[in-house]
Amino acid sequence: MEILGYFNYWVFAIVLMIGLYAVIARGNLIKKLLGLSIFQSAVFLMYITMDKVEGGTAPIIQPGAVDQLYSNPLPQVLILTAIVVGVSTTALGLAIVVRIREAYGSIEEADILEEDIYDPEDQKEDPIP
Amino acid sequence: MSVLAHLPALVVIAPLLTSPLVLLLKPRGLAWLAALVASLASFAIAIALTTSVLEGTTPGYEMGGWPAPYGIGLTIDALSAIVLLVVTGASSFALLAGRASIDSQIAPARQPYFYAAWLLAVAGFLGIAVSADAFNIFVFMEISSLACYVLIAGGPDRRALPAVFKYLIIGTVAATFYLIGVGLIYMMTGTLALADMESRIEAVADQSPILVAAGFITIGLALKAAVFPLHVWLPNAYTHAPHIVTVFLAACATKVAIYVLLRFDFFVFQQNLIGHELQFSFFLLPLAVLAVLIASGAALAESNLKRLLAYSSIAQIGYILLGASLVSVEGLTAGIVHLFNHALAKGALFLAVAGLALGASGLDLEDLRGIARKRPWTMAAFVAASLSLIGMPGTAGFISKWYLITAAIEQGPLGMVLVTVIVVSSLMALAYIWRVVEPAYFQSSETSSSAGEPAASTRGGAISWLAAVTWIAVAANFYFGLQPALPLSLAANAAGLLLGHMP
Repeated sequence: MEILGYFNYWVFAIVLMIGLYAVIARGNLIKKLLGLSIFQSAVFLMYITMDKVEGGTAPIIQPGAVDQLYSNPLPQVLILTAIVVGVSTTALGLAIVVRIREAYGSIEEADILEEDIYDPEDQKEDPIP
Repeated sequence: MSVLAHLPALVVIAPLLTSPLVLLLKPRGLAWLAALVASLASFAIAIALTTSVLEGTTPGYEMGGWPAPYGIGLTIDALSAIVLLVVTGASSFALLAGRASIDSQIAPARQPYFYAAWLLAVAGFLGIAVSADAFNIFVFMEISSLACYVLIAGGPDRRALPAVFKYLIIGTVAATFYLIGVGLIYMMTGTLALADMESRIEAVADQSPILVAAGFITIGLALKAAVFPLHVWLPNAYTHAPHIVTVFLAACATKVAIYVLLRFDFFVFQQNLIGHELQFSFFLLPLAVLAVLIASGAALAESNLKRLLAYSSIAQIGYILLGASLVSVEGLTAGIVHLFNHALAKGALFLAVAGLALGASGLDLEDLRGIARKRPWTMAAFVAASLSLIGMPGTAGFISKWYLITAAIEQGPLGMVLVTVIVVSSLMALAYIWRVVEPAYFQSSETSSSAGEPAASTRGGAISWLAAVTWIAVAANFYFGLQPALPLSLAANAAGLLLGHMP
């Protein structure tokens, strides 16, 4: 079955779109970040899928084992880096949400927009934090 | 090996390693000095590298001594050299001029962190420019983006926070798109080195993953480069960032993304994918024209000075892509020269804005009434730099528009439409700059001198210093307008490289 053979890639595409939808459709900043994390996780799945070799094991050289079949380690290394990047992005995003909450008292996008539009005199320059 | 052989790596390592060092320097004067020294060192290395590129060599480097397919290679050709010059130059000028502006906007205790993030951003941008490895570019892209988010959110303006959140979301989606594209190419070619991709992609060019990858990479980078209509993150981020950060970002953040876009689309895809050249033009040319017209129109309606200039930046990105989307040597030369010249003009303009903001009550056009009387030199620098933005003969902006028009005319009837667009948008630029000049010179401030001039005596020195550096940047605009040999030869060289592999 051609379609089932690409099972992981179908999951990749669906998870990717779920994440992107959450980023676009949700007004809550935390939910947006959740969506972003789902979006990035989908890409991790894509990289991990492509390195899999049927019947391959972990790429560790063992004494005595000749003609051992290994999975490709490179995409795994790449995605390890990408996971670190994803974690730092999420951490920074959450830190910004904390500061938005402190400055605006809300983490709903609509509230924040409203506050900036209807409160133009609310001191453009806060005192230096 | 002499130290010269290590220059391609050192240009990135200097700011990267100084960054944690700056954190330890608590007295803020020292932190500023260390950041400036690292930035100037990179600038000097960039100049040295550019000199050797102009002599016809292509400095390369193998990280850790591993040859290219296994290790990560660094390559510096004419296109990278121009980006290196823009990034290091913008950072050095901004830091040199910006001490007073940074002091007024960022609390002393936070300044070491600010400078550390600044150097990380510089290192990230430079890393993108020197790297010859697709995944390495992604890593450096994220380093620079994360550092930029911190820089933008670092100021006193709370509206920077929602702006930076939006930038973070869009920037991350863009980088992830790029990552998907790189993954698909790796899947089909088994390599991450750009040079190997270029030679191996031909065999699999008709496979759909490669087409999908081309789409993902182009859209992802267009998001990062704020190509109209993917620019929504840019105006707010530029407007509410600390003034000096805006100088730096406006001069290089989007330019670096355009650099990667050009490198990927021309080096990797262009000569291998059938019809890619047409797809590239049909996709980008209309967007570029719309960017030029609509963003200039938006600038005409803006009431905040920084936001007005931000919309003008979007229009200028349109010019660069307009040149590139003609897919001819002349067009690419014009686009790349404009990348350099616009960085000069916009950098000088935002430096002048930082000078105007010191002690002014705000940056809405209404707040600028009569500012020319209070800050004659800074305002004069603003006007001189905007001449370059508009494209007056004798300025750097004229050179790039001249080349752009020449390249457009060669395209036949369509070219005449493009020439009209360029001329109309230049007139629009004249109009939106006039909207700033008019209140500044011909209206008097109602609040008179009593308000909004705190401690003029102590700030006087800092303001004249900022104005002096701004004038140096303005002088560079005129110098490269009269002596355009350096950017032109680099750009022509780069255009030749980009199109060199075309069948």
